[in-house]
Amino acid sequence: MSPTLAPALAPTLEIRDLNVSIGDVPILKGVSFDVPPGQVMGLVGESGSGKSMTALAVMGLLPPRSEASGDIQLQGGAVPYADDTAMRSVRGREVGMIFQEPMTALNPLMTIGDQVAETIRVHTRASHKAALATAARMLERVGLPNDQFPLSRFPHELSGGQRQRVAIAIAIALTPKLLIADEPTTALDVTTQAQILSLLKTLIREDGMGMILITHDLAVVAETADRVAVMKSGEIVEQGEVGQMLAKQGSGGMVHPYSRRLLADATHAPVRRSKPREGAPVLVVDGIVREYPGVGRMFGRGAPKRAVDGVSFSIQPGESVGLVGESGCGKSTLLRTVLALDTPQAGSVTVMGEDFTRARGADLKRLRRHVQVVFQDPYGSFDPRWRVEQLVAENFHLLDERPDRIEGRRRVEAMLDQVGLSPADADRFPHEFSGGQRQRIAIARALITNPSIIALDEAVSALDVSIRAQVLDLLADLSDRMGLSYLFVTHDLTVVRAITDRLMVMQGGRIVETGPTEAIFTAPSHDYTRSLLAATPDLARNILALDNPGGHHSTPQETER
Amino acid sequence: MTAPVVDRPDTAAPAAKAPLRLPPALIVGGVMTLVTIAVALVSLFWTPFDVEAIRIGDKLMAPSAAHWMGTDHFGRDVLSMIMVGSQTSLVVALVAVGIGAGIGVPLGLAAAARGGLVDDAVMRTNDLIFAFPALLLAVMITAVFGAGAINAVIAIGIFNIPVFARVSRGAALSLWTRDYVLAARTAGKTSGQISRQHILPNLTSLLVVQAAIQFALGIVAEAGLSYVGLGAQPPIPSWGRMLAEAQTMIGFAPWLAIFPGVAIVFVVLGLSLTGDGLRDALDPRVRRERGA
Repeated sequence: MSPTLAPALAPTLEIRDLNVSIGDVPILKGVSFDVPPGQVMGLVGESGSGKSMTALAVMGLLPPRSEASGDIQLQGGAVPYADDTAMRSVRGREVGMIFQEPMTALNPLMTIGDQVAETIRVHTRASHKAALATAARMLERVGLPNDQFPLSRFPHELSGGQRQRVAIAIAIALTPKLLIADEPTTALDVTTQAQILSLLKTLIREDGMGMILITHDLAVVAETADRVAVMKSGEIVEQGEVGQMLAKQGSGGMVHPYSRRLLADATHAPVRRSKPREGAPVLVVDGIVREYPGVGRMFGRGAPKRAVDGVSFSIQPGESVGLVGESGCGKSTLLRTVLALDTPQAGSVTVMGEDFTRARGADLKRLRRHVQVVFQDPYGSFDPRWRVEQLVAENFHLLDERPDRIEGRRRVEAMLDQVGLSPADADRFPHEFSGGQRQRIAIARALITNPSIIALDEAVSALDVSIRAQVLDLLADLSDRMGLSYLFVTHDLTVVRAITDRLMVMQGGRIVETGPTEAIFTAPSHDYTRSLLAATPDLARNILALDNPGGHHSTPQETER
Repeated sequence: MTAPVVDRPDTAAPAAKAPLRLPPALIVGGVMTLVTIAVALVSLFWTPFDVEAIRIGDKLMAPSAAHWMGTDHFGRDVLSMIMVGSQTSLVVALVAVGIGAGIGVPLGLAAAARGGLVDDAVMRTNDLIFAFPALLLAVMITAVFGAGAINAVIAIGIFNIPVFARVSRGAALSLWTRDYVLAARTAGKTSGQISRQHILPNLTSLLVVQAAIQFALGIVAEAGLSYVGLGAQPPIPSWGRMLAEAQTMIGFAPWLAIFPGVAIVFVVLGLSLTGDGLRDALDPRVRRERGA
């Protein structure tokens, strides 16, 4: 921690001129960086930029048929990354790794104690008993004390954040020299993310480990890392201390246009010209209650679980409303009810003045035209066997008079043009498009019936920042031109701040706070909203903090550039 | 410096397809299956000898240049009988798979689409059929309707229904959670329309593989039923009955048992390999592991 100590120490990890190619395709080009002990090196970049590949190279886990050259030194010793047998003693012992998905990183059939102990026993001659004792100590260190979380727990008995803690305990069990965390918090809620990041920081400071933090989120880097390297197409375009790199323009800052652009995209807020209009609301949600039957027991059932508990709100024409909350708060259930995919036990949804919840047959079809949806996963939201033309035209099913083939094709082409794709794309299959392009197709599908409101279920969460900025611009533009209303359902507060007029915060099936977006961000009134905002890595706030160094974190290394 | 080009790294692989590498199992199995089908087709028009002509003078001849697989106790040519018998085997198994898939797949799709009572009713009925000994049902059907190839087809077909129902229900359930199904629901489509347009096409590869496996099992089942006299009736040749008749003569005329046995093994192996190979070829995960 102390700046006077660090410069004397040699870097934990030194990577020099690392090149990796698969066939003729270069994946990494001349990657070089150092990770000093007790410090966090943030690797940022968009998908496919080579950040994960760099980590895999250090672990000696490069894909088969890939060719690598370059020098990787771990505390002065060369890492035999090309030699799988030799790497076995390095992995886990010298270098620990934490993955994104804590659900799949753990073995569901083994207790958490056994899983940590197993890692220890693979590399040492410790007895089972001794290994379990170490495991208990490690779990305690990552915040899973034994009296509350006995070693005999199974992964399914833990929450996502607790599972990630177990994964961290496994990674640090043998006090490795280096920790690699690949998007360790992307699958977690913001409050959990904040806890895990601070845990990781504490651990590496205490043990003097180096850490590589791979993330697409500049805000996470700003909050956690000491140094940052920006990667693009297999190259490090720029690296340096976080304080210098992310500080306000003028006082150093990033010089490479790509990193500047990455920073701009991450905080991008589209320009919206239209304002919500007065008049009859397009959507009125009144007192929705949705319960799920309790868990089946030998006799009868447990108490029903109330996922949505008396939620009411309305959306004006042209208004953009955000619905935020952590996983399990009931926002997805509420969305399904709003879309009339699920029938509530009480309450109603009214669309354009008509009851949507109880509409059937032709009435339901007519109302569905007005309410459409864009889903999160740009990969799962299309039938892989359908062409774009069929996919976009699927909603013609809602029209009383379906257009004939030629007219239908014309309308699909016009709509593809509207969302920034080319008419010829109609003949292609969804797998031929990138994630951002697929979200455009999804938007075209939602728009084809000329709806009044579109629900966006985490619709930009899976996209890279530059693509996300483009899609947000498109949405703002469409809203201006067509007077569309949006309901943004998301956990990502940066997105709602950028594009919504009004914000609703949901917790435990209820809306705990609602108001104009900016007002909530500047002066949240509910405790939960405050904790949510505090936990969210906020790039702007962090940059401000970096500009006024007052103990955020010291940066002992000189910038090498 | 020029403005940075927007990176589109997640652009999916170019449309050009990688050269198709067929799994060896599919090639070997496919050839074996094609040979069987070719033999059955040829036997429709031509066999070395008439399978119904009885020539007592030629009875129980060992394999020779004239009779490649010998003759049976009526002097009939074994090769000709095996050739004609392949028709029975293939037709019975094919129709039985057709019955199983034709009834089982819609039931499975309905169970997945409707859930609740429909699901329970379909799946519990399936369990009931599974729990019922197949041979007993076949005996029952033949006792009521008489022995014959058609009743064997029905019996085998009934046992294929739950197999197809289960496979399609399981896979359909996971497809029902996909976003594109939700999108189809917001397009106002009924569960029947969604099953037909989205679910069934995405199950095709799975069902083709299952059909190949059930086809092989159907041939074994047909041979088994014929063996106990519940399949095709004389004089229609059938591999199972040939085996049964050879039983008493195995000591002095082993070829009577060997050749029909080899024929059954050949066809079943061919179809099983085809099924395995198809699964490998159609399953993208396996395909990736193979490095294709």
